[in-house]
Amino acid sequence: MAIFLNENSKVIVQGMTGSEGMKHTRRMLKAGTEIVGGVNPRKAGTKVDVDGVSLPVFASVSEAMAETGANASVVFVPPAFSKAAVVEAIDAEIELVIVITEGIPVHDSVAFWNHAESKGNKTRIVGPNCPGIASPGKSNAGITPADITGAGPIGLVSKSGTLTYQLMYELRDIGFSTSVGIGGDPVIGTTHIDCLKAFEEDPETKAIVMIGEIGGDAEERAAEYIKANVTKPVVGYIAGFTAPEGKTMGHAGAIISGSAGTAESKKEALEAAGVKVGKTPSETARLMREVIENL
Amino acid sequence: MDLYEYQGRALFARHSVPVLDGGVATTQQEAVELAERLGDRVVVKAQVKVGGRGKAGGVKLADTVAEVETHAGNILGMDIKGHTVEKVMLTVTADIDQEYYYSYLLDRANRTFLCIASVAGGMEIEEVAHTDPEKVVKRPIDAGVGVTPEVANEIFDQAGFPEDLRDQLVDVFVKLWDAFVAEDATLVEVNPLVRTPEGKVLALDAKVTLDENAGFRHPEHAEFEDKSAVDPLEQRAKDSGLNYVKLDGAVGIIGNGAGLVMSTLDVVSYAGERHGGVKPANFLDIGGGASAAVMANGLEVVLSDPQVKSVFVNIFGGITACDEVANGILGALQTLADRGEDVTKPLVARIDGNNAEAGRKILADANHPLITVVETMDAAADKAAELANQEA
Repeated sequence: MAIFLNENSKVIVQGMTGSEGMKHTRRMLKAGTEIVGGVNPRKAGTKVDVDGVSLPVFASVSEAMAETGANASVVFVPPAFSKAAVVEAIDAEIELVIVITEGIPVHDSVAFWNHAESKGNKTRIVGPNCPGIASPGKSNAGITPADITGAGPIGLVSKSGTLTYQLMYELRDIGFSTSVGIGGDPVIGTTHIDCLKAFEEDPETKAIVMIGEIGGDAEERAAEYIKANVTKPVVGYIAGFTAPEGKTMGHAGAIISGSAGTAESKKEALEAAGVKVGKTPSETARLMREVIENL
Repeated sequence: MDLYEYQGRALFARHSVPVLDGGVATTQQEAVELAERLGDRVVVKAQVKVGGRGKAGGVKLADTVAEVETHAGNILGMDIKGHTVEKVMLTVTADIDQEYYYSYLLDRANRTFLCIASVAGGMEIEEVAHTDPEKVVKRPIDAGVGVTPEVANEIFDQAGFPEDLRDQLVDVFVKLWDAFVAEDATLVEVNPLVRTPEGKVLALDAKVTLDENAGFRHPEHAEFEDKSAVDPLEQRAKDSGLNYVKLDGAVGIIGNGAGLVMSTLDVVSYAGERHGGVKPANFLDIGGGASAAVMANGLEVVLSDPQVKSVFVNIFGGITACDEVANGILGALQTLADRGEDVTKPLVARIDGNNAEAGRKILADANHPLITVVETMDAAADKAAELANQEA
């Protein structure tokens, strides 16, 4: 199993011919991802050689889907063109679109989310400003390093890329079903709650790590959801206890506004929902280790 | 980016939202000249990005040019909650019959925009929502439709604004929406939006936040950047394309990835509790790649902060393997030496992840007198805090 992304995922890359797109297409192929092509209207009809694999470039997402049976797309196009790329993927009704691009104007993210809703949410949007999804041993769509860990019983959902890698690394001997980087922007497609729901339903996932950070109230809402709906053990981590008010901490969404969005409030909400919250990443890993040992 | 009131007012005027005649002054002399042009009773308002300026004495009425001179002299340079007043805004005054509240903002949770409107304006909207919740209308805006005259009329009806102002207010609601979208704002707030005794509608305040991610399509927004108010180290980091926030502790922090760096600040603060209460000096995310050049620029900014006593480099090698990161750190120190920088502050490095052992070996073999390599994040934070405390 795994969630959202598995061995049956056929992945296209929007923006494959750009430098980031090429670099990560190469890495994804090496990780065993079934990449079936790229999209770039200006280079449609050409082929790109990636370490001996010849990948076709299509004019549009719908053409790529028709020709290859692609059911997932990873977006690397620059911020100014991301909205059009995601809207195109939604119009093609692809199952999954993962938006890696950082720096997309929030009005554009709201616009493509609004577009997805108006089309009945047939496309799952992950990101923007995220590392993507990794289902170790099955598929890797995005920029998550593929060789940190193997398949195992832990499901992970996180706003942060490097904290995801850190936790995967600390728990590499246990392994992961899927890790989903949902992104650090104020407006994102797939939420903590969407992932918690999917992990709860996934028989391979036995326990869940949830990583949050300051800003917004997604973690508080996730805590409510856990209380009512999640039976699997959840271990949490929140970054930004010492962040000052009113300053954006790297991620566009990581900002405390007045008394809203603090790490303390998120931690309290999670603990009230029965989630064990680690004070540091390594303590979080330790808590998860205990959970796994007691399963 | 939060705008000053005078900038927000200018932006409103650009989108034909009715505002009072006025301008901005940075000196007493400029204020006097402006008052002479405005020629009437004026209000002198401190320009700071923090609330409570009225209570602090930062808003004064002036009936004469002499009074303007006095008030401007008192307000310019005033400290309001740690913010020094560099500018005052002067506007002519208006008699107020009624005060309303109106705003558009980003609604993160619902991934759309929200309109908040109230017939009870002039005070904090949170307070009104608490004491008179029925007087506050919160309405999600369908981003695909926006605020058309139809939507604006619905908001008008929901909030119960006085009927004789319908045409004016609906027009203002639509224009404020146009400004919100056209300028890529995440907040446009008018409090108060007033009715004069003559039945005229005016925006008497302007609170605007712009999305910096949209800067690429708004070159004109660069004029809103207030370089004088930005910490010089933050400005320098920004010029080098670094994601840096100045804090006021003694442990310089460099890491890769926003989440990991935020986490590093926390871990260093916890460690500081054991070492004389030392705290992190900054937030600095050098990004996933962690190249030597970027590392050098980052180190240069962090080391030029006189408050910094030790530096904690916390890198998780994912895409960039740790051997490259280790070479990056050594390369950065070499680059700084080549630039003639005298690097004397101790540096604690924790590198973990892909090819970690090779990376640590490179640092160990280099035997650099300033570098201590510590294997875990918690232990490294402790070491960095200890060193900062010793140097202090």
